[in-house]
Amino acid sequence: MIAVRDLVVRFDRKGAPAVAGVSFAIEKGETFGLVGESGCGKSTVLRAIAGLVPGHSGDVLLDGRPVPARRDRAFYSRVQMVFQDPYGSLHPRQTIAAQLAEPLRNLGLNGGPARVDRALETVGLDPAFRWRFPHELSGGQRQRVAIARALIVEPEVLLLDEPTSALDVSVQAEILNLLTELRRRRGLTYLLVSHDLAVISHMCGELAVMQRGRILERLDVERLRAGTVEHPYSAELLAASEAYGELRPA
Amino acid sequence: MSAPLVSARNLTVRFATQKGPVDAVRGVSFDLGREKIGIVGESGSGKSTVGRALMRLLPRSATVAADRLVVCDTDVLAADEKIMRRIRGRRIGLIMQDPKYSLNPVVPVGLQIAETFRLHSPAHAGARAAREATLALLRQVRIHDPERVAGLYPHQISGGMGQRVMIAMVLAGGPEVLIADEPTSALDVTVRMEVLSLLDELVARKGLGLLFISHDLNLVRRFCDRVLIMYAGRVVEALKASEIDHAKHPYTQGLLASLPLIRQPREILPTLVRDPAWRESA
Ligand SMILES: Nc1ncnc2c1ncn2[C@@H]1O[C@H](COP(=O)(O)OP(=O)(O)OP(=O)(O)O)[C@@H](O)[C@H]1O
Ligand SMILES: Nc1ncnc2c1ncn2[C@@H]1O[C@H](COP(=O)(O)OP(=O)(O)OP(=O)(O)O)[C@@H](O)[C@H]1O
Ligand SMILES: [Mg+2]
Ligand SMILES: [Mg+2]
Repeated sequence: MIAVRDLVVRFDRKGAPAVAGVSFAIEKGETFGLVGESGCGKSTVLRAIAGLVPGHSGDVLLDGRPVPARRDRAFYSRVQMVFQDPYGSLHPRQTIAAQLAEPLRNLGLNGGPARVDRALETVGLDPAFRWRFPHELSGGQRQRVAIARALIVEPEVLLLDEPTSALDVSVQAEILNLLTELRRRRGLTYLLVSHDLAVISHMCGELAVMQRGRILERLDVERLRAGTVEHPYSAELLAASEAYGELRPA
Repeated sequence: MSAPLVSARNLTVRFATQKGPVDAVRGVSFDLGREKIGIVGESGSGKSTVGRALMRLLPRSATVAADRLVVCDTDVLAADEKIMRRIRGRRIGLIMQDPKYSLNPVVPVGLQIAETFRLHSPAHAGARAAREATLALLRQVRIHDPERVAGLYPHQISGGMGQRVMIAMVLAGGPEVLIADEPTSALDVTVRMEVLSLLDELVARKGLGLLFISHDLNLVRRFCDRVLIMYAGRVVEALKASEIDHAKHPYTQGLLASLPLIRQPREILPTLVRDPAWRESA
């Protein structure tokens, strides 16, 4: 469905590239996870796919065909992104209703208040939030608006950058169940970045462990669950996560 | 026992919006001593609003009331803005939930940390001392290449780097009370543990009081002394952190049940059925 080939992103000429030759392909209806140390280049990979990093090299393929360097409407009607910083991706002086209707309008789809209300409801927000401005929401409410805005155009591929990091685990469960349900019903394809290996294990069929702009290791989720990772850094990450998350359900 | 660093009694915060008032905090009471209190709670339950009320950093649309709201011996409801400016940053620091948007977008992050350091250092440190302190702080929060990162603007750093820059900046002020609003949510587990042990060491060595707002139950259980559970603007349960597994409130129990686990995949995660009565009973 979506793939990258030899993706390289360099922000300054002198230093090491932020993304140093990353390749992977995701089949339709699958979820691919990206994990790794803070600053290793995960968001940059997603932003490059979305066409937001000028001057990357390598290919981004949608259905096997390279996408245009300037991503067009057709691309954004099929691929949407949920940014790691929801605050930064929302317009500060527009109501939530206006921001949810905007992608519909941009893509020439018909919107209307009912569709906006439904989008809010799917992420567990009361339709009354349509009149608020981003600064009048809590962190987790903003993150859910960002998810609603990506879903409202009914894309086929979602690039999800830490989409539940600001949510309490009960709301996180609702959002993850929503994503699972959309995948089952409409065959959505996800590229998911998360620091939470339990979320990755829950959502993904396959994942890649990144460090300093490179993929160190690719894993089937079974190997993550069984703890049979190979690269020392992956093993370290997994051991730390397991030691950390001893908590069991009540 | 000495007087608490923070004392809140019956704190309420109401926001005025175009479509009427929003009661974000409805009667919250707690004392913070030289300890680590975690605040866990539903998205939108008022956690960040409590943190900002302690700093008196709420927008004008907010009305704050309390029977008592004392922070570092200062009556926050009565103090004039000059006094608040003197304690903000120096005596009480706030690590904000959206660090990259709390930083100044047009100033390199290193300069912002250095500026905070100079402003609050007793002897008004010079530029060189401030720069050195900045690099040391960045190293302490596990930024590998502090020289490079210090020169970057907020939009050029990753999510987790933004959180660590914000932590470094708040630590540069040397506060006695630290309010940390989801300070490590964008960090991988290894770096997160390192940053937490840094905070832990500061609390122990300097006798800080730490209010740690987090969604991460594992973190709160291992790292904090006590936990307040918030729901719909109230504290519905207060527990020893080590006893969180034995929580009594159905909201807290529901949280524990909806955690995904690495080794035990489930097709669908259990979710809460929120009882309207939870809004009212404390
Ligand atoms: N616009 C930019 N200019 C310069 N450097 C940048 C820019 N954007 C990102 N970088 C650098 O690229 C590297 C990778 O950043 P990226 O945001 O992709 O990391 P990440 O893996 O998403 O980290 P985190 O988990 O902390 O969000 C970082 O060192 C960052 O400073
Ligand atoms: N300026 C504002 N105007 C109106 N309502 C507001 C404003 N700021 C916050 N709120 C509302 O007050 C409630 C509490 O918000 P707060 O940010 O304190 O929640 P929170 O517990 O920190 O949530 P999260 O975990 O999602 O960050 C929310 O319902 C939010 O929508
Ligand atoms: Mg990132
Ligand atoms: Mg908050």
